[in-house]
Amino acid sequence: MTAVPVLRLTGITKTFGTTIANDAISIDLAPGEVLALLGENGAGKTTLMSILFGHYTPDAGTVEVDGVQLPPGKPRAAIRAGVGMVHQHFSLADNLTVLENVMTGTESLWQLKSSTGAARAKLLSIAERFGLKVDPDARVGDLSVGEQQRVEILKALYNDARILILDEPTAVLTNIEAETLFATLRVMAQSGLSLIFISHKLNEVMAAADRVVVLRGGKVVAERLTGATSKAELAELMVGRRVARPVREAAVPGPVLLQASNLDVGRRLSSINFEVRAGETLGIIGVSGNGQTTLGHLVSGLVQHSAGELQLFGEAMDRTSVRAMIEAGIGRVPEDRNAEGVIGDMAIWENAVLERLWQFSRNGLVDRGAARAFAGEIIDGFDVRGGAPDSRTRLLSGGNMQKLILGRNLQNRPRILVAAQPTRGLDEGAIAAVHTRILDARRAGTGVLLISEDLDEVISLADRIQAIVKGRLSPPVPAEQADARLLGLMMAGDWPQDGKIAHAH
Amino acid sequence: MRIERRAHRPLALVLLAPLIAIVAALAISGVLIAIAGAPVLEAFRLIVTGAFGTRLGFTETLTRATPLMLTGLAAAVAFRARVWNIGAEGQFYLGAIAVAAVCATVFSGWPPYLLIPAALMVGAIAGMIMLLVPLGMRLRFGIDEVVTSLLLNFVVVLFVSMMIEGPLKDPLAFGWPQSIPVGPDAMLPKLIDRTRLHIGLLIAVAIAVLVYFLQARSVFGMQSRAVGLNPTAAVFAGVPLAKTLIKVACLSGGLAGLAGAIEVMGVKGYVTTDLSPGYGYSGIIVAMLANLHPLGVIVAALFTATMFVGADSMGRALGIPSYIADVTVALSLLTMLVSIFFTQYRIRR
Amino acid sequence: MELLEIFASAGIWGAVLRIATPLIFGTLGALICERAGVLNLGIEGIMTFGAMIGWLTVYNGGDLWMGLVAAAAFGALFGLLHASMTVTLGLSQHVTGLGITLFASSLSYFIFRLVVPLASSPPTIEPFQPLVIPYLSDLPFLGDALFNQTAPTYLAIAIAAIAAYVLFRTPLGLAVRMTGENPHGAEAQGVNPIAVRFGAVMVGSALMGVGGAFLTLSAFNSFFPTMVQGRGWVCIALVVFASWRPGRALLGALLFALFDAYQLRLQAVLGKAVPYQLFLMVPYLLSIFALIVMARRARVPKALMQPYRRGER
Repeated sequence: MTAVPVLRLTGITKTFGTTIANDAISIDLAPGEVLALLGENGAGKTTLMSILFGHYTPDAGTVEVDGVQLPPGKPRAAIRAGVGMVHQHFSLADNLTVLENVMTGTESLWQLKSSTGAARAKLLSIAERFGLKVDPDARVGDLSVGEQQRVEILKALYNDARILILDEPTAVLTNIEAETLFATLRVMAQSGLSLIFISHKLNEVMAAADRVVVLRGGKVVAERLTGATSKAELAELMVGRRVARPVREAAVPGPVLLQASNLDVGRRLSSINFEVRAGETLGIIGVSGNGQTTLGHLVSGLVQHSAGELQLFGEAMDRTSVRAMIEAGIGRVPEDRNAEGVIGDMAIWENAVLERLWQFSRNGLVDRGAARAFAGEIIDGFDVRGGAPDSRTRLLSGGNMQKLILGRNLQNRPRILVAAQPTRGLDEGAIAAVHTRILDARRAGTGVLLISEDLDEVISLADRIQAIVKGRLSPPVPAEQADARLLGLMMAGDWPQDGKIAHAH
Repeated sequence: MRIERRAHRPLALVLLAPLIAIVAALAISGVLIAIAGAPVLEAFRLIVTGAFGTRLGFTETLTRATPLMLTGLAAAVAFRARVWNIGAEGQFYLGAIAVAAVCATVFSGWPPYLLIPAALMVGAIAGMIMLLVPLGMRLRFGIDEVVTSLLLNFVVVLFVSMMIEGPLKDPLAFGWPQSIPVGPDAMLPKLIDRTRLHIGLLIAVAIAVLVYFLQARSVFGMQSRAVGLNPTAAVFAGVPLAKTLIKVACLSGGLAGLAGAIEVMGVKGYVTTDLSPGYGYSGIIVAMLANLHPLGVIVAALFTATMFVGADSMGRALGIPSYIADVTVALSLLTMLVSIFFTQYRIRR
Repeated sequence: MELLEIFASAGIWGAVLRIATPLIFGTLGALICERAGVLNLGIEGIMTFGAMIGWLTVYNGGDLWMGLVAAAAFGALFGLLHASMTVTLGLSQHVTGLGITLFASSLSYFIFRLVVPLASSPPTIEPFQPLVIPYLSDLPFLGDALFNQTAPTYLAIAIAAIAAYVLFRTPLGLAVRMTGENPHGAEAQGVNPIAVRFGAVMVGSALMGVGGAFLTLSAFNSFFPTMVQGRGWVCIALVVFASWRPGRALLGALLFALFDAYQLRLQAVLGKAVPYQLFLMVPYLLSIFALIVMARRARVPKALMQPYRRGER
């Protein structure tokens, strides 16, 4: 890189309480460059970008744009200097129109009238230039996720951003949408914009970036040109040690435990078919928002099917309930730990027994001794660190919370385990631990229904794979035949409506 | 400067929070008393001696604390499950008028040992119904129960007024709008003769202990807490949301209705539209001061009653409007909210 | 008089505007707070304090307009308190609002009693007189029906129009709406959601104060405790009924006042046949009914009642 950097971060340090999120980080960005910021969850990527954008004030260090230092903690100053940010959780208002979302904050607040006409013209011309088509008057809540991301990017461009930061931009996109996005980013880089995108996905980093900065534990551990590195090297740099995820051995499928035939749940799932066998893992892959939440809720006993049949151990279930499912031997790992899995302000022992209180109560009174003992067994047996039965669950790290949830389900040797997004947001060490537990359960004869958005996870854990798209399930493909490309097509809804998946790949 | 969540809530701080809140509220009221031109310390001394200095004052404080404990518990159990019952005032009145309606009619002639429990039950049931209405509207239509329970308070008081000027009017009251009396057999026994103090106090304390036990040990207690803290996770764990909320509403509304019944049967013997000087609303303050803890409610109710009784006699002595008690108590709600906050968060730099 | 003839008298239409005025102020005030994401249940107390302080200002020799300004200023002050607790600290908006209502109303009574120690009939002031508008006030029927009001009534209608314009046609209004929908989004675009919320709550509370002052300075001529009579809670219900739109808030308040004016006259017609309390219940039941009707239809500001802390999601 010979050009003068458009952006220079020098010695950025930020601590929260006792944890050091960023430790003296320095990064340069050249004009027209696409830089990837690679790191695991908790490596400090998002904190760094929040500092760059003025959401946080750093404890030390400076941000310079074109050699001019930005005042810390002032998003407005960053925007004015030409920094635009595309957030991972879009910062859009669903009830406002595209144009209103884009215009917010772009005019002086004390102006007596919004210049809507001029704004519309400017928005449309930018959209034209970068090939990002939108309807300015559409309500944002009515747009698809991909379209919303387009609005999010347009918002930054509308503010004349010259440096664009994208936080995990592909987290909610299909492979095809992601490819389109990266093509757009290329066009932008060629027209002189500089881009930073944050990611933990090696494939897209290798495909889309010119240069990679690897963060680990709040520090820059390496910097590579993509031409001069490999996925393997980056993986090791990112994790810092070799964490081998456990490997799945061949399954010995037993009888069918759970079977859905032409099953509907309102309009959210339509005519789906799947079966889960003992000692086998069925993987359901899909981009979020395609019905996997409903599918998880269905087999967890939270929603009822409206048509078709759900058979458990060969018997049709007409009405399900959480208790019926748990009593039947279904272990349930919800997709969102904090929202559904645990109640942060309750004790660990309470979270361990809440879903099976009838086993731990007599005459309407909770048997606290037995409940604490059960929690103790989970803590010991599943290596839950950072808490005793009586400590508040909020204090556990994400990985340990997930171990607690797995533990309360696996402790009683369930016949079926439903695991929805079991490793979302966990670091490599915790992912390996969770995968090991799931494989152990499968080996012991449990039928596993794995619902995941993570291709690597599904490929490494599942014996058979079905894709979920807009509430429909594809026919299953055996894991041996599944590669990223085939699954990508399936996740985009590309499968014959009534036949087998083509084997021509 | 930023606000940061504490990893641990220091127990000392949690216990100290109400004290700090009350001291802060008293300090602000002190400024108001000074502005009103009265000696502040003398005023506070008169409040304490007014509330505790005489036999009459002391028993009066306990008499006043009784309904406050019950409405305080009503708010505490509801708020813990995030049922925003602001309708205790209406539940109180409906409980009171229900008792007046049955004692001299349906239950007339019953022996006291049957009549009193039966009448108390009727009062509690009336209160329950009065809270099930707004809760039902929340569950069915998704309407915030705060606004509906507040609006219903006015409706109930008008209903009571209609009753005591209409079908339940006491013909012997020289035209005053008051209900027919519940009769001597329905009156709660006195704790101390020639005072207004009655066994309602013991009932209230016993119920507070019972509620504490229920919340700490029972399945219902754990489920209602789960529903309040995180309804989504509670539902995922199979806690029946609507059923739990309905149980909570029955308990909360029942306690407020019981408060009304006990006030009629313990103190006045009949219902008027000034039976409650805002016991329903003060109950919210009592609950917050107690940090929603059932046993704390006993102490908080005593404090609130002390302020009301003490300020009355202080006001007479120094010529200060006795509304100073309401100001202090309302202030203590606000200061308590802030001091609870600082048990959970701290300010960094 | 027949039951429907009531509508043919100019008097009822004049009464509708009179009854609606405090509700218009209060509803707009609550609406502005909620558009920025803050529920302000302090409204009942703020209206009470506005009524008291407005009256007191005039009683002590102040101008009537001074009374309104004082009510607005103290309303804003209570708004500042509410915002400090709910926006800065992120405390429960429900409980804080109720606390402010209890505090503001008891403080009103305290101050009032301090000034007027004991009186069988409360002292009065000279209230606003109907504004004579050349030609319009002289029109037959319409003059009496619509143009025989005091100045604050016209002010309320003007403020509804201004609020609608500001919210939907200016950058400031967009910033307020964005803050009520997604404060993180507002922050990401350089709008300070905390400042917006403080501003909205203070302006909204000022309007609530004015609404209360209308009661003592125009509708009546004296202050007495409990005079606000749940009007604040009615306003909170009207905001939902209006789907958070100022124009509809104006309409909702007028519609509500029409029912109220009608029941008052109906009382006179039906006399003793029906207990008067049933009529008095009408406004409250009507509010609940309005909530039920609009419950599923209204598009609530998404971040209503959600505290915003920087960097916390």
